Amino acid sequence: MELLGLYHYWVFAVLLMIGFYAVVAKVNLVKKLIGVSLFQAAVFLLYITMSKVTGGTAPILQEGMVDPVFSNPLPQVLILTAIVVGISTTALGLGIVVRIKEEYGTIEEHEIQEIDRR
Amino acid sequence: MTVLFGIFLLTLLVITAVAIVQTRNLFVAVMLLGIFSLLIALNFFILDAADVALTEAAVGAGISTVLFLGALALTSERERLGTQHRWLSLVVVTSATLVVLYATFDKPLFGDPGAPVHQHVAPWYLEKTPEYIDIPNVVTAVLGSFRGYDTLGEVFVVFTAGIGVMFLLSAHSGGANRRKQEASGIGLREHLIPRVVGRLLVPFILLFGLYVQFHGDYGPGGGFQAGALIAAAFILYALVEGEERTLAALPQSWLNALMVSGALLYGGVGLAGIVLGSSFLDYSVLSADPIAGQHLGIILIEAGVGMTVTGVLLSIFHAFAARDQA
Repeated sequence: MELLGLYHYWVFAVLLMIGFYAVVAKVNLVKKLIGVSLFQAAVFLLYITMSKVTGGTAPILQEGMVDPVFSNPLPQVLILTAIVVGISTTALGLGIVVRIKEEYGTIEEHEIQEIDRR
Repeated sequence: MTVLFGIFLLTLLVITAVAIVQTRNLFVAVMLLGIFSLLIALNFFILDAADVALTEAAVGAGISTVLFLGALALTSERERLGTQHRWLSLVVVTSATLVVLYATFDKPLFGDPGAPVHQHVAPWYLEKTPEYIDIPNVVTAVLGSFRGYDTLGEVFVVFTAGIGVMFLLSAHSGGANRRKQEASGIGLREHLIPRVVGRLLVPFILLFGLYVQFHGDYGPGGGFQAGALIAAAFILYALVEGEERTLAALPQSWLNALMVSGALLYGGVGLAGIVLGSSFLDYSVLSADPIAGQHLGIILIEAGVGMTVTGVLLSIFHAFAARDQA
């Protein structure tokens, strides 16, 4: 049970690195952005995992609660806004990819570099 | 039981992530990314983060999938060459994974109430929210009032990203494209079932979006979630009925006005605090009673957030869709 207490963090580490692998190893630019999204989601998971308190509940105050235990609202606030910012910046990245496709005719990184070298 | 369910969901997340990276078909990868978002939203929910789960489900599984599909329609659906420097990347990534895993052994155990993160300001927020702000949802209180600066910054980042996308994608798409779009922008109108179901769902999604917007003080919800939901309703309408009709219902000029006035409303409420003799983003002075002032301030800034998020997400969607028809 002791070790299961760290399981969430291991999943965070693995997801983070799966996203990182997609960013460094994949050639396709859309795939790289998907990797960035995975990386980002892993960070979200880390924060929300840290906010959890055993036996706690969502931080919404209600009348008549006896000795309530609440999970930490602060990481939740940070991630709530980060999700919306994340989709906006991903959309910006996709916009750049679309323009690259129109200018270069490809979204594979090595082909773009070859065209640039010519 | 919840612990077991959590572990099951986390394992599914890892499997989905591996499948996303493995597949060479980008369409499949985007669909799997939607599933991944839904799974992670479920995880957030069982980790007591109801607000975050709602946002992730609306943004990650809904809007992000549509945007990725829009980009795929403009680029290509298949990766031509899978990977480069495969072994080097694997070595780097594996060693980085080991370093991060090693670091996790210093983390406090999952759910430990004595963890440092729970000792600093969080107990203060939980304790003082009834006294200073008096709304049940502490997440909204922290987001709107205690940490209003952060949220203002985030709103401006979203706003800037929206402007960026519009600049990037509006180049050379003049009137000619618009006219072409009228002819081809019929959406799914010839498919009966999606059309009937889609049209039935749109008003309910809009209603739910408005509920989430105005109920954010009392339950999970607020401007970010509502903005994403309302944008999703219009995107669904656009998919079913075509771009042209959606732009007729909610023209781009309105969307521009919506995103600008949302950001200005937020900043304006902040400035009103200064004008009324307190500091920036202090809502207590907006009304004679400080708590009523806080309520008013939070409702106003949440409205600003909702307007900006709706405007930006819909503008981004329309920018991709208009490019698609060009």
